[in-house]
Amino acid sequence: MSTLHAQPESVARQGLMERLHGWAITVDHKRLGIMYILSGLVFFVVAGLEATAMRMQLIRPLNDFLTPQGFNQMFTMHGTTMVFLVGMPVLLGFGNFLIPLMIGARDMAFPRLNAFGFWLFLFGGALLYFSWLGGDGLYGAGGAPDVGWFAYSPLTSKTFSRGNSTDYWILGIMVSGFGSMTTAINFLATILCMRCPGMTLMRLPLMAWMMLVVAVLVITAIPVLTAAQVMLLLDRSLGAHFFDPQQEGSAVLWQHLFWFFGHPEVYILILPAFGFLSEIVPVFSRKVIFGYPLMVAATVAIAFISLGVWVHHMFVVGLPPWMNALFAASTFLISVPTGIKIFNWLGTMWGGRIRFETPMLFCTGFLAMFLIGGLTGIMLAVVPFTTQLSDSYFVVGHFHYVLFGGTVFGIFAAIFYWYPKATGRMLDERLGKWAFWILLIGFNVVFLPMHFSGLLGMPRRIYTYQPDRGWEIWNLITTLGVPIQILGVALIVWNMVRSLGKGRVAGDDPWDAWTLEWATSSPPPEWNFDRIPTVTSARPLWDRKNPHDPDEEQP
Amino acid sequence: MSLATAAPADSWRPGRGKVGMACLIAMESFFFAGFIIAYLFYIGKGATGPWPREVLEVKPVLVNSAALIASSFTVIASVKALGRGHLAAMRWWLALTILLGAWFIWGTWVEWRGLIWEHGLTLRTNLFGTTFYSLVGFHAFHVIVGLLALSTILGLGVMGRLRPARDTLRFELVSWYWHFVDVVWVFVFTTVYIVGLRP
Repeated sequence: MSTLHAQPESVARQGLMERLHGWAITVDHKRLGIMYILSGLVFFVVAGLEATAMRMQLIRPLNDFLTPQGFNQMFTMHGTTMVFLVGMPVLLGFGNFLIPLMIGARDMAFPRLNAFGFWLFLFGGALLYFSWLGGDGLYGAGGAPDVGWFAYSPLTSKTFSRGNSTDYWILGIMVSGFGSMTTAINFLATILCMRCPGMTLMRLPLMAWMMLVVAVLVITAIPVLTAAQVMLLLDRSLGAHFFDPQQEGSAVLWQHLFWFFGHPEVYILILPAFGFLSEIVPVFSRKVIFGYPLMVAATVAIAFISLGVWVHHMFVVGLPPWMNALFAASTFLISVPTGIKIFNWLGTMWGGRIRFETPMLFCTGFLAMFLIGGLTGIMLAVVPFTTQLSDSYFVVGHFHYVLFGGTVFGIFAAIFYWYPKATGRMLDERLGKWAFWILLIGFNVVFLPMHFSGLLGMPRRIYTYQPDRGWEIWNLITTLGVPIQILGVALIVWNMVRSLGKGRVAGDDPWDAWTLEWATSSPPPEWNFDRIPTVTSARPLWDRKNPHDPDEEQP
Repeated sequence: MSLATAAPADSWRPGRGKVGMACLIAMESFFFAGFIIAYLFYIGKGATGPWPREVLEVKPVLVNSAALIASSFTVIASVKALGRGHLAAMRWWLALTILLGAWFIWGTWVEWRGLIWEHGLTLRTNLFGTTFYSLVGFHAFHVIVGLLALSTILGLGVMGRLRPARDTLRFELVSWYWHFVDVVWVFVFTTVYIVGLRP
């Protein structure tokens, strides 16, 4: 082991180029996880700027800050970036960083495949953004994709989408999708095969359980999107007729294939955040998670049902009523396991000695905001309600409460919770609390009014509107919330940069937590654990800290 | 420092190679499901001919299918021979497998040649051409990838680089892929040549 311990000193002596080279060739799951998260955060800032441009355009009626086509490009790039280049890489990055540490392994099952997946994702993202330069193609028409993140046919056909912008959308997402699929293979193989002695499936940290289920969803859903994108590419490049109405091709088939991917994708984006909460809430409530087996069962149930709800995105397409009714029913059904989870977290907090440090604040914010998003989701599962409000700002408000108030709040909770493990330094608590409250207020100022403008009939994706519709005040409030949100995010970024050098030294286990990642040093050595641990319960560090009172296994 | 930990008896831990290959096969299955659904969705639709029942011939395809299905059994024999250390038998069974797979690809080529040059059916002719060539073509592409993998193993065998203790599991995993290509063909055949030709 002495030779291994000599390694960090030689690293410290390296120059900048050598260190960058070290990151470029690494197959270490922790470095890859950090690179996933950081590149995701860069794309997060870019997507935020795109959203800001849209809100600038909509601040008042008949504004001309953006051209109509520029507005279309902004919402397409914003949506595509947030889903594929922010949500997935950041969440998969946390999985990468944490899974081997949590299950007591030294790396992922396939480290080189892991590195390959990361570089595929980054290349896919670069390809999508290269469309600003190369999307014009031979026709001199295009620029960035402007077909919306779900790229409905026949708008994506060669007739209506000239130039190469849609091809960049297809290829960029397809390539980064290959990256996600390799990561899913790695998650499954790592969690199933690399667990340390004693780590049975029912002692697995819930974060790892959620990632296992997410990997199954990635394997199920992304290939169907890839197939649909290949069909679109054949249509556009080789003159096939999959989605060509003139040859009786069907625009509805694209919608079915896309949403068969699209709805599980929503759960791919939220389940890891559920995992973060299931780790953080117990530690900051000083209690065991309430109903561990039920939590696992609910996750599996959500994944299973999520494969059968996609038509609720298509209620206004004109499908047979029995089909709409069936999918409305399955959509109601999926709220049951989701509700179970919310009650489990509340049950964990109930009667606990709650410490409201920043990670816990973000978790509490998550619970409240996600609940609102969940309730508007149940409203939108009602077919006649959706008939009225489909493609309105009500829907935009709904999914931002789920994906921003849910997923992004979960990501910030995770950043505050695991930053000490990744860097060895604590994030500043005072800055963190300020960031949380500013972000919570800014978030609600931006997204709550969208429900009202939606109820008043404002459709999504319009680049401007007439002054006599009663929408002005809600749009004005929404846009005024944007700088508040920017301030909140800027505080978090500043905190992350500043604490890298100036943060309080964290030590191995700053939160007095119970899972295995806190048993090794912060940051962990390249090989994670000097000795592979052996566990006897779901809270190995509790057992180690309280040898007189170890966790009892439930029969 | 070994990455491998001894698997204790407390919990089920499959081999990572098996899990990895199973995941790959699952993903490929969903990919093909997309194209099969598209084919089924578009049966009988389309603005112009030629139509499937005018141009598709089942009999030669049945013979090709028999070759592909037989190759699944010969590859099993080859894996078993490697496991027992019978390297010569392993090479012969594997060569036969590759031959049967190549026969299938040749059969696809003959069929496509007829469709393209005699019946004028291409990817861009109509919906039938679009869905037929993409589904059957992606399957043929997977057969070719499988043939490349099997040929690599045969090459290693001929050079005497295979070690039964080390390589039997690896070969078995590649054979899983080959079986998968075979099973997909059963679904493709059912879709295109049975359901698609129903009067």
